[in-house]
Amino acid sequence: MATTKLMGLDKVSGVKRPKSIFLNLTFIIPAVVLLVAMIMAIFAPLLAPYPYDQIALTDRLMPPAFMEGGSTAHILGTDLVGRDILSRLIYGAQISLSVALMVIVITAGVGTALGIVAGYLGGRTDGFLMRVTDISLAFPAILIALLFAATIGPGYWTVVIAISMLGWAPYARLIRGEALKLRETDFVAQARIIGTSPVRIMVRHIFPNIINPLIIMSTLAVGMVILTEAVLSYLGAGIPPPAASWGNMVNDGRSLLDVAWWISTFPGVAIGLVVMAGNFMGDWLRDKLDPRLRQI
Amino acid sequence: MADVLLEGCDLTKHYPIKKGFLQRTVGWVRAVDGISFTIERGKTLSLVGESGAGKTTTAKAVLLQEKLTSGSILFEGRDLRKFSRSQLAREYRPSLGSVQQNPWSSMNPRMRVRDIVAEPLVVNTKKSKGQIRSRVVELLEQVGLRADHVDQYPHEFSGGQRQRIAVARALALNPSLVILDEPVSALDVSIRAQIMNLLKDLQTKSNLSYLVIAHNLATVRYMSHTVAIMYLGQIVEYGGAEELFKRPLHPYTKALISASLLRLPEDEEKGRKQIILSGEMPSPLNPPPGCRFHTRCTEAASTCSQEAPPLRKVGANHYVACLRF
Repeated sequence: MATTKLMGLDKVSGVKRPKSIFLNLTFIIPAVVLLVAMIMAIFAPLLAPYPYDQIALTDRLMPPAFMEGGSTAHILGTDLVGRDILSRLIYGAQISLSVALMVIVITAGVGTALGIVAGYLGGRTDGFLMRVTDISLAFPAILIALLFAATIGPGYWTVVIAISMLGWAPYARLIRGEALKLRETDFVAQARIIGTSPVRIMVRHIFPNIINPLIIMSTLAVGMVILTEAVLSYLGAGIPPPAASWGNMVNDGRSLLDVAWWISTFPGVAIGLVVMAGNFMGDWLRDKLDPRLRQI
Repeated sequence: MADVLLEGCDLTKHYPIKKGFLQRTVGWVRAVDGISFTIERGKTLSLVGESGAGKTTTAKAVLLQEKLTSGSILFEGRDLRKFSRSQLAREYRPSLGSVQQNPWSSMNPRMRVRDIVAEPLVVNTKKSKGQIRSRVVELLEQVGLRADHVDQYPHEFSGGQRQRIAVARALALNPSLVILDEPVSALDVSIRAQIMNLLKDLQTKSNLSYLVIAHNLATVRYMSHTVAIMYLGQIVEYGGAEELFKRPLHPYTKALISASLLRLPEDEEKGRKQIILSGEMPSPLNPPPGCRFHTRCTEAASTCSQEAPPLRKVGANHYVACLRF
């Protein structure tokens, strides 16, 4: 029958697709970088050679192993108080990535909910929510986060909330646009005719159809959040010491750049790699998901 | 009198046109302007006309998707305006089904067939999951699909199959009236007959009433018992399908029929001329005075622009709104 033929065709293209994924370096390199960072974060206590806060005043400012005066005991060297850079880098992945994850979950959740409600209900609700969004977008996010962190006092949750406070607005904008489009589709009209409640329409009909842009935006946000956390830590309003985050490690080495460049550089490189990996991943996903292959 | 299921009495829908900062109403679009019709149980009424004639607005009003400006819809003899919200939800809406024109856009691409067909049941009944599952299979088999199609997504089906799924969904609640908005016009010509036959079979089996909206006169002739020809929000001719197609009276009906028929050599021999309408339908914002069709009518007289013709009875079940009858 026609269906079985169609299914056969689907299988043919299904064989082709994974092949192109694995040949695609713009996918594989970012994926490896993110995977390594995630493994570092999850298994930090097993992977790190030293605790992140173990001070060894005899081993202060040791250079990386490949430099003169370096030792294999501290492959990436030590900082001002003799803490192992590699260990702190591994533990730092835990904090930096978990902050990114928490922020993305919160901002994507809030932004999606508000965006769908505004886009689907329209009218005054839409007008009100979008003005609030506009205001949020108009504020300089870093400044507000800094203000908040400075008032509440630094800490893990302060950082998460400070970054989330304005981070939901771009999501709300994007999702509202998608919801607005979906509201006019025939299948949503049909759902209304059937008598489906607005809540059910939003959950069952609108939400599943905005997952693609949501995933893309969230992937792109990974880099943004890690950077913001780094900036906050750099400005002293981030994760307080002795806990290690990549941002506060960069901050630690700031004044010692000419004496001990390795303190700031390695976490800086880690930030750069993960941010780029996030962006490439987002681009790749957008290319893969955006042509609306599913709607053929 | 035959068994009337739904009756529209003098239905009117005017959309306000708002302008400026204060959103003042500067005019009205007369989408539907005083139409009446009856749908008998187990029979089909077709609304025919050009785009903008008010067919879809009428269907939307029946489906409660538009609030009427005036006029009333009687369902089984009871005025819908006297129904409370919960009564409408419990007693009226479940007796309606709806099939849309485009089977490619009328289904959520992220839902499986089982959920698409089950949605009216989930929303409107308190059936258990097992009951719903067996009902979905029953419905799919009724429309000529297989039970193992339930786990597939809409994009895995052809247009005809999708329209069958749409019909299954429309029938989920055992409705007494199904609104078919151009049910076959988006399908390949070769598939249309299948779907029309399916609809006709279902009609005789379950004594369904249909309200069909269509452009295509061949479809209308094949499916309908009664036909209403609409022009600019009004019904210009109304009658039994056979009678109306054999003996069209209104110049607009004649033009429509003439435009839809194949020209054969014998037509020329017998001196049958094809009627080709000139121009566009006037704007429903500012309909012409008198007979609304007079600007394009091939047989218009001077009185046509002054006097609006009422819908007059000209046969047992044949009404026409033209001053010449």
